Amino acid sequence: MYRLVQDYFGRAWMVLIFLFLYLPLLFMVVFSFNGTRQDAVFTGFSLRWYEALGRDNKIVEGFWLSLQIALATGILSAVLGTFAAFVLVRYQRFAGRTVFSGMVNAPLVMPEVVIGLSLLLLMVGIQNVFGWPERGLLTIILGHTLLGMAYAMVVVQSRLLEVDRSIEEAAMDLGARPAQVFFLVTLPNIAQAIVAGFLLSFTLSFDDVVISEFLSGPGVNTLPQVIFGYARRGINPTIYAAATLLISAITIAVIVYSLRVARQARRRAQEAQQAFSESAAPV
Amino acid sequence: MHMFTGLLQRLPAPGRRFVIGVPMAWMLFFFMLPFLVLLYISFVDMGKDIHPFKPLWDAQAGVLRLKYENYSSIFAHAEGSGLVQTIYVEAYLRSLAYALCTAFLCLFLGYPFAYAIARSSPAVRPALLMMVMLPFWTSFLLRVYAWKGILADQGVLNRLLMALGVVDEPVQMLYTNVSMLVGMTYVYLPFMVLPLYATLVKLDMRLLEAAHDLGASPFKAFWLVTVPLSRAGIIAGFMLVFIPAVGEFVIPSLLGGPENMMVGRVVWDEMFTSNNWPRASALAVSMIALIVVPLALYYRSAAQAAPGKA
Repeated sequence: MYRLVQDYFGRAWMVLIFLFLYLPLLFMVVFSFNGTRQDAVFTGFSLRWYEALGRDNKIVEGFWLSLQIALATGILSAVLGTFAAFVLVRYQRFAGRTVFSGMVNAPLVMPEVVIGLSLLLLMVGIQNVFGWPERGLLTIILGHTLLGMAYAMVVVQSRLLEVDRSIEEAAMDLGARPAQVFFLVTLPNIAQAIVAGFLLSFTLSFDDVVISEFLSGPGVNTLPQVIFGYARRGINPTIYAAATLLISAITIAVIVYSLRVARQARRRAQEAQQAFSESAAPV
Repeated sequence: MHMFTGLLQRLPAPGRRFVIGVPMAWMLFFFMLPFLVLLYISFVDMGKDIHPFKPLWDAQAGVLRLKYENYSSIFAHAEGSGLVQTIYVEAYLRSLAYALCTAFLCLFLGYPFAYAIARSSPAVRPALLMMVMLPFWTSFLLRVYAWKGILADQGVLNRLLMALGVVDEPVQMLYTNVSMLVGMTYVYLPFMVLPLYATLVKLDMRLLEAAHDLGASPFKAFWLVTVPLSRAGIIAGFMLVFIPAVGEFVIPSLLGGPENMMVGRVVWDEMFTSNNWPRASALAVSMIALIVVPLALYYRSAAQAAPGKA
């Protein structure tokens, strides 16, 4: 009896929380197709907000800028994060290890406002001395990478801890140089984690508004900055249209990815079974 | 361990120096140096005209001008005495209060949720977890913005409540504590659910059966067995919500009114509206102090949870 109550309560609670999590997404998708500007009553289906989205130069330009920044951030973060993870996992003793570990982990808990402000102050200082860099694309990439690198580092680090060291040692015994061991043995083993680190920092960068607000210059506005500007002014269904496109893209990507993972798992299980039956068969 | 040091010795020193040097140099230049600049500016005087701050070293007088006023003015009015309720102290306290409330709300909503996911059949668990993560991959800004439309005076929720006859006229929810807490709880809930799930899924159900056999009521068994065993997840989730929530900038800007100002926004205004760089820096440094204490507690409990690992 008690278990029954508990099960029903658990299911009901789960459904309610999922509703809570998906309500805003649903709301934006529905009202992106609304015929009028208001967002409380659905007055008829229309695509006018999608047309408005395509015509809105600020949003289109912001999108391309954000894409460039996110790509650069993703690549830089994945590379630097892999370096940092390798150092933390493999080099247990070197001068400054404590400082190093503290520094690469700190951005994970540091308020974004503090990261943005301190980098801004540095950039202004450098610009005053050298006349470069102008605030904009480059400074935003640097700011995002500081954060993205820490996240990529965490992902790669946990994978690197699982890598079986004996295969690296075997490669060494067979005469591979350390660099060869890294590129031929270690790297393929952690490649998936590096890609995950890239995707995570890409998303963080594409989504970030606080660091960009601090580090962008006049006339340079990333997509989240443009949206943030609109959002503070009031209701604008063009944003719902942008959100709907983004939600669709992400949902499709996630479904394709999970189908692929499921298929791989099934194939691996099949291969394992086949190998087993072959080895068990009488010769 | 022996094999390991052997491997290290075989790695040529220049390669090793390069591998350590690249991320080290990056972090020193883009993390440590900016922080030192921030600390420096927090101790100098506000400048005049185009100079946002005066140098620490006064070349004319040949003296160091270390100013503590940027910090002391946060906590007390210049003319007042003792600790006064300045707007800065109020913003700090408010940020702490919102972050605490958010963490408790997330725990309250998230615990039964994570428990239900952990108790569902293993076949559906990955799909449920993915459903928790999916909104998380969608723009944080857009999801917060949607609440603005939902909670507005003429928004969907108010219209629904009026249509149902619950209220006669629109209730103001936007730009109040309600919208702030809804927005923050909504955004940070997955940060609470995931660590809770990770500990609850490992919970041995036989322990609950044993408690039942020994005569514990379901409530007592939950309180004395389940909760203590999921302590690590509770603490981790709490910190993962609390720490970023203290510094939240976007949610108060979109869903809060002037009286819901949090410390992140205060730093921004001080920097770009008042152009008081030294005070903005001092506020930012104090903000770090605000999260250091809970962070230290968190690391201590994490170290206790894994005593063998150290």
